[in-house]
Amino acid sequence: MSSLLIRGGRLIDPSRDLDRIGDLLIENRKIAATGDVSEQADETFDATGLIVAPGLIDLHVSLRDPGDEEDETTFSGTAAALAGGFTSIACMPDTSPAIDSRAAAEFAILQAARAGNCHVYPLGAVTKELKGEELAEIGQLVEGGAVGFTDAKNPIHSAEIMRRALEYTRMFGRPIFSFPEVTELIRTGVMHEGFYSTLLGLRGMPAEAESIRVGRDLALAKMTEGRLHLMAISTTDSVHQIRRAKDAGVRATCSVTPHHLTLDDSTLRSFDSAYKVSPPLRSPDHIESLIHGLKDGTIDAISSDHQPYSIEKKRNELDEAPFGISGLETVIPICIKSLIEPGHLSWLQLIDKLSTSPARILGLSKGTLQPGLAADVTLIDPAAEWTIDPEKFYSRGRNTPFTGWTVRGQTHTVLVGGEIRYQNGRVRSLSATP
Amino acid sequence: MGVLMTTETSIATKWNRKHILGLEELSAEEITLILDHATKFKQRTERGELKFDDLRGKVIANLFFEPSTRTRTSFGLAAKRLSADTVDFSPTGSSVSKGETFIDTAKNIEAMGVDQVVVRHSTPGAPHLLAKHLKAGVLNAGDGTHEHPTQALLDIMTIRERKGTIAGLTVTLVGDIRHSRVARSNIWGLTKLGARVIVCGPSTLIPREITRLGVEVSYDLDAVLPETDCVNLLRVQFERQRSAFFPSIREYAHLFGLNNERARKGKEGMLILAPGPINRGVELTTEVADGPHSVILDQVTNGLLVRMACLSLLNSYQERTGEGRA
Repeated sequence: MSSLLIRGGRLIDPSRDLDRIGDLLIENRKIAATGDVSEQADETFDATGLIVAPGLIDLHVSLRDPGDEEDETTFSGTAAALAGGFTSIACMPDTSPAIDSRAAAEFAILQAARAGNCHVYPLGAVTKELKGEELAEIGQLVEGGAVGFTDAKNPIHSAEIMRRALEYTRMFGRPIFSFPEVTELIRTGVMHEGFYSTLLGLRGMPAEAESIRVGRDLALAKMTEGRLHLMAISTTDSVHQIRRAKDAGVRATCSVTPHHLTLDDSTLRSFDSAYKVSPPLRSPDHIESLIHGLKDGTIDAISSDHQPYSIEKKRNELDEAPFGISGLETVIPICIKSLIEPGHLSWLQLIDKLSTSPARILGLSKGTLQPGLAADVTLIDPAAEWTIDPEKFYSRGRNTPFTGWTVRGQTHTVLVGGEIRYQNGRVRSLSATP
Repeated sequence: MGVLMTTETSIATKWNRKHILGLEELSAEEITLILDHATKFKQRTERGELKFDDLRGKVIANLFFEPSTRTRTSFGLAAKRLSADTVDFSPTGSSVSKGETFIDTAKNIEAMGVDQVVVRHSTPGAPHLLAKHLKAGVLNAGDGTHEHPTQALLDIMTIRERKGTIAGLTVTLVGDIRHSRVARSNIWGLTKLGARVIVCGPSTLIPREITRLGVEVSYDLDAVLPETDCVNLLRVQFERQRSAFFPSIREYAHLFGLNNERARKGKEGMLILAPGPINRGVELTTEVADGPHSVILDQVTNGLLVRMACLSLLNSYQERTGEGRA
């Protein structure tokens, strides 16, 4: 029976609307008390100046394991998650083979246990081999630990399949994570369609390719009363449609990435593939709508949409380079820069988007500092200034557009199940004797 | 070294760039400098000088990752006229399929002691990527649907030769504006030198945002020809289109093909340019292509001179600054 007292930090718990200076007592790997704690503990940790929040939860992360270990492994990806302040991540099924069977889901969980970093909750495939043709064995996947279902970045082309998936997952109470994109409108595209794609001669991906699919998915969610989560939305019209659907009682949620809040399509002028992401970086008017959607609650959550790639894949011509950003390790400072510093969100709101809401979407008893629950806790130093250097990433993916940015806010300490897994820039599992 | 005339020396010392990646980043003065330098080469060539010493001992690599006959030949000859040694690399299929990346391929060739790299590629920005990773000077010979600076320079040189100036002229670019690197480079070059530019073609092939580059848009060729001093008929880029942008070639030729009857609607002495390779009977009829106002073959001649000028200027920059070879 060990205990740890985290003293004098700024406790932020959106589940209780709590934002105050106080203490957090952990006993027996669980949160025992919050507020003014008078008990003594085996160990005391002074958290003055730090934010003490429920562990952050990322809704969709690609771990590339098995299949593309040169890009990422479960070990490197979960270490990156810790460094980014995440105690839990939901992993995409776009591995090779895909997570479309119970065994594959169990393997993802096993790999995470071997790594000993953070919790990994698999998202199972909606369709076999992510082909969009036949439903995967969703019931088996649930038994294997899948918390939601998605075909990752392969949009589900058939409305019929999408309808059945939303209906079928209802009986398990699990959401369908949809990546909204009409493929035929974006084929061979590399960036947002607009002025800059015209200027640069780069093939465009119109905003409508996303919003048309958002409209269809929302209509099907309404029809089936299934649970829909729209991943990484990026357009004004998506925000408008989701807002209307939520008002009408549709069971839909959505998330946005930090980079879509920070960078616009003019960055492609550099022809640097670090800016090639899917959905593409949009124009400033879309960014404004996304921020508005976060403020009024239309957008529930923020996810890194972590897409790690090895240098040799990413450092290529724009047509050849894959889409994506290695995002886990820069979420906190980029959110501070684009949301906290301009005054768009309070810390309470930001932690809600990064922890409490994702837990609710995934159906996890997490995202809160309520006593009695496992102590997944993230301590953030909001004032720490540092320069982003991908060479120091734990992720194998060094593909970030934020290289060289001087930012504020850094993960200080991460506890998973009451155990310190990350502190002072070091992932504990790496220093453990093998 | 050959005997350089003083005017040429002064042209060369005014040039301050290591790479030519597009006309967007060049000033009107820099564009004029290239044209003047090319004109000097033309005058000397016409006096019977065929070989120049500018690039003796230098190595030019022609990297053509996309098929090309005309531009590759023109660059190859330009380098030879300047006494450079040349290395040609045009992968059949894709070297990427052998596992080597674009940058590695280029670095390998550079390691043979290359001073300048002429690159054509189907992806916009590929020359910019090389400029970032190589020590050699980089000359863009066409990057996807982005820019084709030497083509625009030769178009502008041809117009300037015939019309004396660019400022105040109305130039109409006809055809597939969306997929045309020639259009983009022409728009930058012509507007910087003070021309009025109209882009004309099927509405599916003219991006709406193009007006922000300072051009006017028309979908009616017959309506704009009476105001047009020079018409440039762009090739329909069937190979770059994601899907069908117009119903048939017949309909395209009907609406936008230049035949004699249409050509007569142009301003007195309207010049007819086409970057080629032309699809006879589509963008223009044979009678127009071979007619008195066509300057298509002048364009080809000037292409060689413009490329000589570019290679020579980039070389003068390297010699002056010592930047360049690995």
